[in-house]
Amino acid sequence: MTLHLAVALDGAGWHPAAWRAEGARPDRLFTPGYWAELVAEAERGLLDFVTFEDALGLQSSRLDEPDGRLDQVRGRLDAVLIASRVAPLSSRIGLVPTTSTTHTEPFHVAIGIASLDHISRGRAGWRPQISGRPDHVAHFGRRPPFPPQDYSPDRDPVFAGHVRTLFAEATDAVEVVRRLWDSWEDDAEIRDVATGRFVDRDKLHYIDFRGEFFSVKGPSITPRSPQGQPLVTSLAHDRLPYEFAARSSDVVYVTPRDREDAAAIVGSVRAAEAAVGRTEPPLRIFADLVVFLDAHDAAGRRARLDDLDGAAFESDAHVFTGTPEELARLLLEWREAGLEGFRLRPGVLPHDLTAITRGLVPALQNAGAFRSAYDTVDLRGRLGLARPASRYAA
Amino acid sequence: MTKQIHLAAHFPGVNNTTVWSDPASGSQIDFDSFRHLAQTAERGKFDFFFLAEGLRLREAKGRIHDLDVVGRPESLTVLSALAAVTTHLGLAATVNSTFNEPYEVARRLATLDHLSGGRAAWNVVTSFDAFTGENFRRGGFLAEADRYTRAKEFLQTARELWDSWATDAVAADARSGRFLRPGGVTPFRHQGRHFDISGLFNVPRGPQGHPVIIQAGDSDEGREFAASSADVIFSRHSRLEEGRAFYRDVKRRLAAYGRRPEDLKILPAVTYVLGDTEAEAAERAVEIRRAQVGPQTALYFLEAVWGRDLSGYDPDGPLPDVEPNLDEGVSKGHAAFRRDRGELVAKWRALAEEKNLSIRELAIEVAAPQTFIGTPRTVADEIDHFVQTDAADGFIVVPHLTPGGLDDLVDKVVPLLQEKGVFRADYTGPTLRDHLGLAPRTPNRIEETS
Repeated sequence: MTLHLAVALDGAGWHPAAWRAEGARPDRLFTPGYWAELVAEAERGLLDFVTFEDALGLQSSRLDEPDGRLDQVRGRLDAVLIASRVAPLSSRIGLVPTTSTTHTEPFHVAIGIASLDHISRGRAGWRPQISGRPDHVAHFGRRPPFPPQDYSPDRDPVFAGHVRTLFAEATDAVEVVRRLWDSWEDDAEIRDVATGRFVDRDKLHYIDFRGEFFSVKGPSITPRSPQGQPLVTSLAHDRLPYEFAARSSDVVYVTPRDREDAAAIVGSVRAAEAAVGRTEPPLRIFADLVVFLDAHDAAGRRARLDDLDGAAFESDAHVFTGTPEELARLLLEWREAGLEGFRLRPGVLPHDLTAITRGLVPALQNAGAFRSAYDTVDLRGRLGLARPASRYAA
Repeated sequence: MTKQIHLAAHFPGVNNTTVWSDPASGSQIDFDSFRHLAQTAERGKFDFFFLAEGLRLREAKGRIHDLDVVGRPESLTVLSALAAVTTHLGLAATVNSTFNEPYEVARRLATLDHLSGGRAAWNVVTSFDAFTGENFRRGGFLAEADRYTRAKEFLQTARELWDSWATDAVAADARSGRFLRPGGVTPFRHQGRHFDISGLFNVPRGPQGHPVIIQAGDSDEGREFAASSADVIFSRHSRLEEGRAFYRDVKRRLAAYGRRPEDLKILPAVTYVLGDTEAEAAERAVEIRRAQVGPQTALYFLEAVWGRDLSGYDPDGPLPDVEPNLDEGVSKGHAAFRRDRGELVAKWRALAEEKNLSIRELAIEVAAPQTFIGTPRTVADEIDHFVQTDAADGFIVVPHLTPGGLDDLVDKVVPLLQEKGVFRADYTGPTLRDHLGLAPRTPNRIEETS
């Protein structure tokens, strides 16, 4: 079976000094051509999908406040709009933008992602993300201040409770979005000239969601999209987000340190699925890795970037430094732990993306572990997920 | 001096102007329909392409209104995709100032401006109704009286966010290690009645500085808002005399804000029908109106105004003798029927009596008269006359067919306008501000801001 491969696009790459690397295009980060070329390269490599990071505030190396740094990439474009900008220029690759479940209205997200699915003919996904940063709350002024973030082993109970609330709200947000995606049955548009009716309104449904955080009436203003339910994906490092993924997502990105850790995490994800009583097909589990890939001396390149940035690069995900062939071996080994795929975070763009598409992909193909052509247009189908009927269809 | 005409294309919307029953009517949701209309507009050197918005499906008598086109995509998402398949056409999104927050709207519009190379426009609309609010966190939180104070403060706040990045804030200089120039990004702090926000904006200033601002309000308050803040007015006054009166009224308000008449373009929404002869055009116009106002739609119009269920009445029979119920509304999400229903009933009754009209004939008479009907030559002359006599600076053309509804205008009328020298033969600049002849927003350089 083919391995699934996704690439996470963010700014100039995941290393904070990536924009200063040879071949980087820092003056083009806010132009459409930059993103179109990256996505075209990913599609040339037959990757399953690309994700687009986003946040409702300026990047910062500090957890709770801006850092005032001028020597790293600052500023980013809206991820949904980047995805739709590249959709007409690509034909097979999945497009998965990030949005905030904390600050963005679920109704707006639902129609944005459904529209992306229409535009891309069934290639849209979505990565819902909580926004816990206290400084970003002030950009909206609609909520009481957030507590400082604390990801230490014995975290502050106030922050822990706050995160539980944000995930509970995120769970409701995804539920609302999914209901809105189903609120039009597939055959709602009838254009019946005899009775003068454009739609059969019995096939449009109020979702009538009432929750602790918001209520949404529905139906969506956007007709049901080609995939019906665009692919929902989320990143998780812990039991709470595993359970969120088990309730809400189709794909979960996890961050194992090694193969044993991968096996343990897969076990935790399956336990989370059981704990929440998941009835959907099992989560597709992807491991996230940051990658620096060269035929020779990727470690030296990474070290030079660290020197430029003034600090050793750290990540929540495992950082791989080596040749594309070595990475292929590692992925095939980790896969044995029960992973369906990987989301690779290129250290530097376009360098490490090109190394994935032109080095890693051929190596995996030679091992019989990766597709040699796209089989489906739609993203769900590529991951073996059927197109679901609307939950409201009689 | 001869004025240059500005033209915009409106994607056929969720109202009865759009004829979905025509065999030539295509998908209202497939991207190819949007692509076709936008590329046709660009072939015709139009200023911009326009998408409306409605965040709740319209209802009649407590149920979803099913007689018109229902359903549409999210505007900005579609416009960003259209930026990939067009090169010069302006891209205008209608975005509500009530069920959104400035930080998000400002960054999405700045993003569209970047991704389109300076072609973004924002039609700022003000809604207040609890009906639409049921789809959003805050519900119907805004009183009608506050909708313009919120819209004004929303726009003002968005401008503060756009201005918080200097034009040359991004250095991206790998050699010196400076990604941002010192002083290039200034913290924002807005404290007002509707918004109390602070922090750092996260999108660099777009190619246009600020997107083009469009406003459609018609009330005194709406006109004042447009005069103070908008670059374009989407006007309803598409008849010559009322157009001139509106034009005079709005342009004279500009001086109070230190603005010149040419700083605000007035573009009424118009429909058109072409024929090889005047008679053929007139005949086609009637056919289209009949398709726009079917028997069920005719009854629906009357029900919306009467505030009553009139399903027992024959659309081909006389007007209802029953008195209107002015306390109750039957139509929701349909702005045209909010006010003055009593007056409208009296007017319609008088008209029906005078011309001996049935319900449907009356509805056709009052609901759907096209603005320009004639041969390409007479329509081109009329368009030019409107503009040269100050009834408008140009038009937002609303075709009745998706996706081919602009084809004949672009193929037959635009060349005549170009021949007359009143419409561009080609684009002269890359941005929408260039097309509209609007001064660029004052560049905001670090030297000046720090």
